[in-house]
Amino acid sequence: MAVNFVRPKIPKFAPDPWAIQFDEQGRLRHLLTIEGLGPEWITRILDTAEGFASVTDREIKKVPLLRGRTVVNLFFEASTRTRTTFELAAKRLSADVLNLNLTTSATNKGESLLDTLNNIQAMQADMFVIRHQQSGAAHFIARHVAPHVSVLNAGDGWHSHPTQALLDAFTIRRHKGDFTPLRVAIVGDVRHSRVARSQMHVLNSLNVGELRVIAPRTLLPTEVEKLGVRVFHDMREGLRDVDVIIMLRLQRERMESGLLPSEEEFYRLYGLTEKKLAWAKPDAIVMHPGPANRGVEIESSVADGPQSVILEQVSNGIGVRMAVMSLCMSASRTGDA
Amino acid sequence: MTQTDRLLPANEAIDRLETQIRTALQRGELVDPLIIGIHTGGVWVADTLHRALDCRDPLGRLNITFYRDDFHTLGLHPQVSPSDLSVDVDGRDIILVDDVLFTGRTIRAAMNELFDYGRPRRIALAVLYQRDGRELPICADWTGQEIKLGPDEQIHVGGPDPITARLVSKKRAEEN
Repeated sequence: MAVNFVRPKIPKFAPDPWAIQFDEQGRLRHLLTIEGLGPEWITRILDTAEGFASVTDREIKKVPLLRGRTVVNLFFEASTRTRTTFELAAKRLSADVLNLNLTTSATNKGESLLDTLNNIQAMQADMFVIRHQQSGAAHFIARHVAPHVSVLNAGDGWHSHPTQALLDAFTIRRHKGDFTPLRVAIVGDVRHSRVARSQMHVLNSLNVGELRVIAPRTLLPTEVEKLGVRVFHDMREGLRDVDVIIMLRLQRERMESGLLPSEEEFYRLYGLTEKKLAWAKPDAIVMHPGPANRGVEIESSVADGPQSVILEQVSNGIGVRMAVMSLCMSASRTGDA
Repeated sequence: MTQTDRLLPANEAIDRLETQIRTALQRGELVDPLIIGIHTGGVWVADTLHRALDCRDPLGRLNITFYRDDFHTLGLHPQVSPSDLSVDVDGRDIILVDDVLFTGRTIRAAMNELFDYGRPRRIALAVLYQRDGRELPICADWTGQEIKLGPDEQIHVGGPDPITARLVSKKRAEEN
């Protein structure tokens, strides 16, 4: 097959920046952000993931859907959980996987993002999974890949981490079923969190009953209310009658000085301890996208306690990523066959 | 219902299928079989047989979506419900059940999936309707009814209670 670097045709009627996620027939081609998916696509992804979850329970955990395809993990930023679950998901779909750790590679020698991309594309890749410290990096790459290539955003800057938000929704749905009666609280460093932004979009798309954020003012983005959340600065008030608590990692590496007096004070006010957990509903589940800073945002006995579903989130990540990969690949293959 | 639609006597076909399997079991051709239906129509037929034959193990259900060979051209089919095989298939005699045997590709996919669960001792195939148009060397061990169809004709099986079957002209269906 000849490799061509012609830009993909972007539908002329595309009014939104996220319309690039769909091909001209309206099928999902890239997953860059939750915005623009709508409840139908989100539900379709979650339902498909449910099917893949049964695959991972059996002896041979592989299906032949992506046999002969090549998935390239392009990680410009450190990641363990996301990269390995993307890798495992691709392998369980029988794809070949190439992992490129670009934090230590050519980009440090001065190669531009586009040059790196074109070189890898010349290796006949079918799908890029991208993590980058710049917001919008995955969008940029999606605009420049060959027409048969799909791009999945595995986290870009402060902007978006769509598969994490989808696996969180999947985990909530497995425990609680319907979203409409639920109260969900996102706690901690919302300001620096792409995960939180994507979670707000997913949960509001699925019509969650009430979405709350609990954080000090300095760790909230300005005008966060416009994302459809109720803001609390006090844990006791914010956790009252909550069904789901999502703790966020305190992103110390992104933090400018002066946002927090000290980690100790943050833990005292916002860290999820057993005592504070008791303010939520007795059957509330505790989530964390990982990696958790024990003793900074969450107490060890809560992270490992009976209400914690943190490890389940990791397992669910595989099925959700298998679903996204196979849905995107089914669009990219049918158009130019 | 269009002019060329014709109801097929599904009950009689199920009875015939059941009788053949019962005879095979009495002859000892299969021992303590595990019945597995292919989504969606195959599960309805398998469920009927499972109740009639009074099997020890629960009914198995296969969803072959992830094993289809038309993923390249048609993409991922919408999920109905996941496969459900709660019993170990290793060394077992299996009766694989589908509603219509046409190209044989579904059965190939189902066998591929079964082997990802373990190594059955034997797989036998029971179908309600066996029609022409095979593209793979696959044929049923037991058949409710054998039918030769025109190029535009299809069999639509409905269910689960009762299981019905209609002969439909594709051309007609598109016109309507």
